[in-house]
Amino acid sequence: MAVRGIEARGGRRNGLAFLYDARVRAICYQVLTVLLFLLAVGYLAHNTLQNLATRGIASGFKFLYQPTGFGLAMSLLPYDELSSYGRSYLVGVLNTLLVASLGVVLATLLGFLVGIARLSNNWLLSRLAGMYVELVRNVPLLLQILLLYFGVLQTLPSLRESLSIGGVVFLNIRGVFAPAPILQSGFAAIPIAFAVAVAASFWIWRWARRRQRETGQPFQTGWAAAALLLGLPAVAALLTGMPVSFEYPVLQGFNFQGGFVIIPEFVALLAALVLYTAAFIGEVVRAGILAVSHGQTEAARSLGLGDGQTLRLVVIPQALRVIVPPLTSQYLNLTKNSSLAAAVGFPDVVQIFSGTVLNQTGQAIECVAMVMLVYFTISLSISFFMNWYNRRIALVER
Amino acid sequence: MRFVGYLAMGVAAALAAGQAGAGTLDDVKKRGSLLCGVTTGLAGFAAPNDKGEWAGFDVDVCRAVAAAVFGDATKVKYVPTTAVSRFPALQSGEVDLLSRNTTWTYDRDVKLGFDFVGVSFYDGQGFMVKKGLNVKSALQLNGATVCVQTGTSTELNLADYFRANKMSYKPVIYEKADEIRVAYDQGRCDVYTTDRSGLAAQRTQMSKPDDHVVLPEVISKEPLGPLVRHGDNQWGDVVRWAFNAMIIAEEKGITAANVDQVKASSQDPEVRRLLGVEGDFGTRLSLENDWPYKVIKQVGNIGESYERHIGPKTPIGLDRGVNNLWSSGGLVYSPPYR
Ligand SMILES: N[C@@H](CCC(=O)N[C@@H](CS)C(=O)NCC(=O)O)C(=O)O
Repeated sequence: MAVRGIEARGGRRNGLAFLYDARVRAICYQVLTVLLFLLAVGYLAHNTLQNLATRGIASGFKFLYQPTGFGLAMSLLPYDELSSYGRSYLVGVLNTLLVASLGVVLATLLGFLVGIARLSNNWLLSRLAGMYVELVRNVPLLLQILLLYFGVLQTLPSLRESLSIGGVVFLNIRGVFAPAPILQSGFAAIPIAFAVAVAASFWIWRWARRRQRETGQPFQTGWAAAALLLGLPAVAALLTGMPVSFEYPVLQGFNFQGGFVIIPEFVALLAALVLYTAAFIGEVVRAGILAVSHGQTEAARSLGLGDGQTLRLVVIPQALRVIVPPLTSQYLNLTKNSSLAAAVGFPDVVQIFSGTVLNQTGQAIECVAMVMLVYFTISLSISFFMNWYNRRIALVER
Repeated sequence: MRFVGYLAMGVAAALAAGQAGAGTLDDVKKRGSLLCGVTTGLAGFAAPNDKGEWAGFDVDVCRAVAAAVFGDATKVKYVPTTAVSRFPALQSGEVDLLSRNTTWTYDRDVKLGFDFVGVSFYDGQGFMVKKGLNVKSALQLNGATVCVQTGTSTELNLADYFRANKMSYKPVIYEKADEIRVAYDQGRCDVYTTDRSGLAAQRTQMSKPDDHVVLPEVISKEPLGPLVRHGDNQWGDVVRWAFNAMIIAEEKGITAANVDQVKASSQDPEVRRLLGVEGDFGTRLSLENDWPYKVIKQVGNIGESYERHIGPKTPIGLDRGVNNLWSSGGLVYSPPYR
């Protein structure tokens, strides 16, 4: 349209008239920007490679297939010094994911407790919660990790003086040594029973909700579900004749042999992350609850709801809308803070990859990029999930 | 913090227009001080003394280079590096040189883009255990928990040694030497492994130094020495010869105390060249003609430095052994100054 308009008016002008079209020009600018950007990236990449070459620094990703030659303190995958750098990356990523996911769950639980406790009418409880928040929030996390590790866990008794719990679980400076379950044939029945229990609980929950909506009759879903989740696997275990045996840790030579061990480096990192983040989450939760007007609580009370019910059914669902967005940042913080693992020698992806591997291969750019990719992916996933959740619980305006 | 270094390195690598980072000497002169990468603290080799100044056998190499370049051994900014952070620090230009008990290996020379300028200490990897364990040989260590520093040749040798001897071990891996020391001391691991010089140094810092023994096995060669970035040969020459000057000084019997007197009276042509009395050898490095004189005057010869910081009369107590001059049955040897 516009193009024709211009031509119509300025037919004498040359064929470049379309350049005066705002839309065409906008596209041109964008194409140009992209081209310039690509050129700049290309130039930088080319320069980088050339500089690495002149300085005699290796580049590329072929090193991922080479054996690492070093051992690792903890691995969820089979790993030894003949494993490849690529595998050590996976080990690191899994360890990071383990700390981050456990950390998020535990910090959320503790954070909610703390937030609610701070608002409690019980003077002592609310003061204690308040003190905890102030204390933990104002000490740098790194210090807390080091304190927990060197100040607490590394002062546990030595190997030979382990604290024993019933002669099967041992606690000492090298960690917690516990019996490891060994699965026997027929074990599959137990997880199957558990899955059935989960499905049944879900069904009961939906049924109870519908019934309450229709008849006003509440149902103790929680108890029923708990009974199912514990009971069904237990029954399955009995019927199949206890298809699990345990391998107990025994002190032999230098160490406990057998069983499984939770290393103190992991515990220190996880505990510090949870304690630290929970203090922030506690504040977020407190703010969220305070944001729900007191009238709501009074209304709930006058309907005859108890304390717990008021909190669970009226206050928290509304508070969540305030809580979720800042909660997301706390989760992101926790994940990124888990990279302080190196301070206590926990082999997370940062310590393994931008520490050891980078050092042994000298390929800083590749290693750092791969580590950044991990955090980028985790953070984006958390954000996506929380945004989705946020939309789900958002107030539906009528 | 470390990430900043990498970032700087990435940006530097991306922007520097295709020259091999030449001109370190000019940069150092312009800056007015030498940036020297040292350990975060290893008694005798590099650690702040009671006046808060860095001192030690490795530190003396930094001081020698500063004395050669500026005529002033104090013009050094020490940059503490861990085993992990040292290489990115050098690659990115955060330091001009590393003098930090770093083993000269093929990979570091060839793949990491460095040039080692010499060997300041011939070492080998060893194991330290508590006496109470009653271990007499490293071959009895099957199943032991071993504390080791990450990013070292140590952790690779450790894995090799146990594999070669069909033994297993549980590694506990830290980034800083003092973390390892505390953890080992408290009993987190049975064994502490690193260079034997490092073990001797760390032992002096333990709560009860006499409770520990270093096992007889030496499982590797660890030639430790100063290194610079690959590709800047002029700067490599400066560091190499500042270090060699300390060796030649010992060969010729020149010490910090007698250098003035030797300078005034010596008839030995090599000594006269070295001290800038004869010829213009010093200026060929784009330095003052008598730079070796300043190195010797301010830092001393290699033997003096050894005895001062790590020798038998110090708490570290390392016999000179192979680290003696070649003329006294050791391996320390410098090409001639001519
Ligand atoms: N020579 C070995 C090990 C060097 C090393 O880092 N040694 C440790 C233990 S003796 C150290 O000096 N650490 C001091 C620090 O991290 O600041 C290497 O070059 O990889």
